[in-house]
Amino acid sequence: MSGATMPLAAPDRPISGVALAIVIILFVLVAALGFIAARWRRNERTGLHSLDEWGLGGRGFGTWVTWFLLGGDLYTAYTFVAVPAAMWATGAVSGFFAVPYTIVLYPIVFLLMSRLWSVSHRHGFVTPADFIGGRYGSTALTLAVAVTGIVATMPYIALQLVGIKAVLTVLGLGSSENVLLTDLPLIIAFVVLAAYTYTSGLRAPALIAVVKDLLIYLAVIVAVIYLPIKFGGWGPIFDSAEAKMGTTNPATGKPTGIFIPGAASYSAYWTLALGSALALFMYPHSITGVLATKSRNTIRKNAAVLPLYSLMLGFLALLGYVAIFAGTNPIDLNGAINPQLVVPQLFLDSFPEWFAGIALAAIAIGALVPAAIMSIAAANLFTRNIYRDLIRPDATPRQEAKVSKIASLVVKFGALVFVIAMDQSAAINMQLLGGIWILQTFPAIVAGLYTRWFHRWALFGGWAAGIMYGTIAAYNVVNPVTKANFGGSIAAIPGTDIQVYIAVVAFVINLVVAAGLTLLFRAMKLPDGKDITRSSDYGADESDPKVAQIERERPLAEPGAPTF
Amino acid sequence: MSSPDVPTRGPARPGPYIITGILLTIAVVVPLYVPAYSMDEPRLAGMPFFYWYQMSWIPITSALVGISYWLVGKEDRRRRDSVRVVSNPEEGK
Repeated sequence: MSGATMPLAAPDRPISGVALAIVIILFVLVAALGFIAARWRRNERTGLHSLDEWGLGGRGFGTWVTWFLLGGDLYTAYTFVAVPAAMWATGAVSGFFAVPYTIVLYPIVFLLMSRLWSVSHRHGFVTPADFIGGRYGSTALTLAVAVTGIVATMPYIALQLVGIKAVLTVLGLGSSENVLLTDLPLIIAFVVLAAYTYTSGLRAPALIAVVKDLLIYLAVIVAVIYLPIKFGGWGPIFDSAEAKMGTTNPATGKPTGIFIPGAASYSAYWTLALGSALALFMYPHSITGVLATKSRNTIRKNAAVLPLYSLMLGFLALLGYVAIFAGTNPIDLNGAINPQLVVPQLFLDSFPEWFAGIALAAIAIGALVPAAIMSIAAANLFTRNIYRDLIRPDATPRQEAKVSKIASLVVKFGALVFVIAMDQSAAINMQLLGGIWILQTFPAIVAGLYTRWFHRWALFGGWAAGIMYGTIAAYNVVNPVTKANFGGSIAAIPGTDIQVYIAVVAFVINLVVAAGLTLLFRAMKLPDGKDITRSSDYGADESDPKVAQIERERPLAEPGAPTF
Repeated sequence: MSSPDVPTRGPARPGPYIITGILLTIAVVVPLYVPAYSMDEPRLAGMPFFYWYQMSWIPITSALVGISYWLVGKEDRRRRDSVRVVSNPEEGK
């Protein structure tokens, strides 16, 4: 207990009254909005008693709502806190890669996601694992995708809490002596979040995302215009960052960070960007956002307009450098330096309290949107692919909605315990592993959108191989300062000294194993699973009938136009 | 499956898809080619090349994806219309 032995080392922060009041007012406003959302676009006939309604917001979000929803979903509070923190602490490779990452993301989304939307629309799939089940007819593969999704999402939710915590700490809530008092505001925020997610489902984060995103844009635009003017332009800001990155870190004897990557970091930089971009839309919460859209092309149109968020993220990342110039001092409650406090602290130091309050509220509310969507996505996975597929195959839509609502509470409670009971670094390590794991579902999902060439068990084998390699490789990365395992997400390609993102190597291993086993299994003539999808499903749009409807209306239709 | 596969779209013309493929490949490959931009000079308003170059690819990618959306969307509508024209008289039988 450093607080008890050295009380002077960790003086409690003063509470910033005005900023705190604004954060509380905006939070209450947003919570009210969350409950009102239950009535928004309400389907009077069925209410919210199905996963399509509760878990996918009625599958009717148009371009605008989707833009806000996905923007709020993908660019999370943790991103807003962690990316500038990484820039502040170690520079470009660990921080600014987020920019190419969120650039190359959108061509990939454009290519893949409308096919997934079409086949899911036709068959009423709610989760990526639903699609795997329908496409490959394999319980093991479905379960693998579902469990990977749930496990990768849990720490991601926990990290959203870390984002809220950073804001609360800077505001002066919390003390180094009283743990319960420190966590109480966090618990209250999460109980409110859980309550409106329970009653309103995906409609709540969709509506809240509009408010949150407008606040974030306001905060970032003002900051990137005002702060460089205040500090004499970008030139001195970058110069001070370059100077900091060039100094030697006493703990490692190496430079503190990387200002502009040299040849040795090229492969780490681009594999981090590419691997993260490939992985992001395999996360259940991203797919939930896609499947909630109204038509096949909504997501494609959004792929062209969502990059506006990337621009905002890029400038936000640069605020990490602004904080270096400004001499921001992110001291946590225990007296140690915590880079994650950099951006909230910068806002509080450089702006009038009322504006800092708006910016901090934007970050805190920014945590509520993805946390809600993630818990809904994980709950849908549990309901569809564990509860329905394994326990109650004849579950009605009403029962599914009920189970999913309860599962969303369990998921959030788990995340809360994660953050309060365990060390923060446990959540960060798990999130790092989650990114590696979720990418291993890519071959099954994406290959499945185009071809049935891969054998279902071969895909399972590839998934297992990728997960195993990724986990072991990540464990073997040792933090040079603390000597702890899971010290980062970069490791050498086995047999070389080229440093790359571990997930990408695991992904290649996954693909090679899946392809090799497919050849083997085909030669052995192992049985293929039943595929309930057809080629026409992958191009269907909202005006095409759903499969259930087709089978009802014309079970033995005359041979129509040629098939292809 | 008892009922036959009723196509939702007519046959594709390769042109729009090839152009889209090229545009999207550019949007993925160029921003990831680090040696092209890992340098300090020339600076723009004090910002090193490394930073402003990558930021400037955000609107470029957005435009490339936007053009792709327009190209593929047009072809998609044409393919859909072609099927609806063909299948309607048959449904009337």
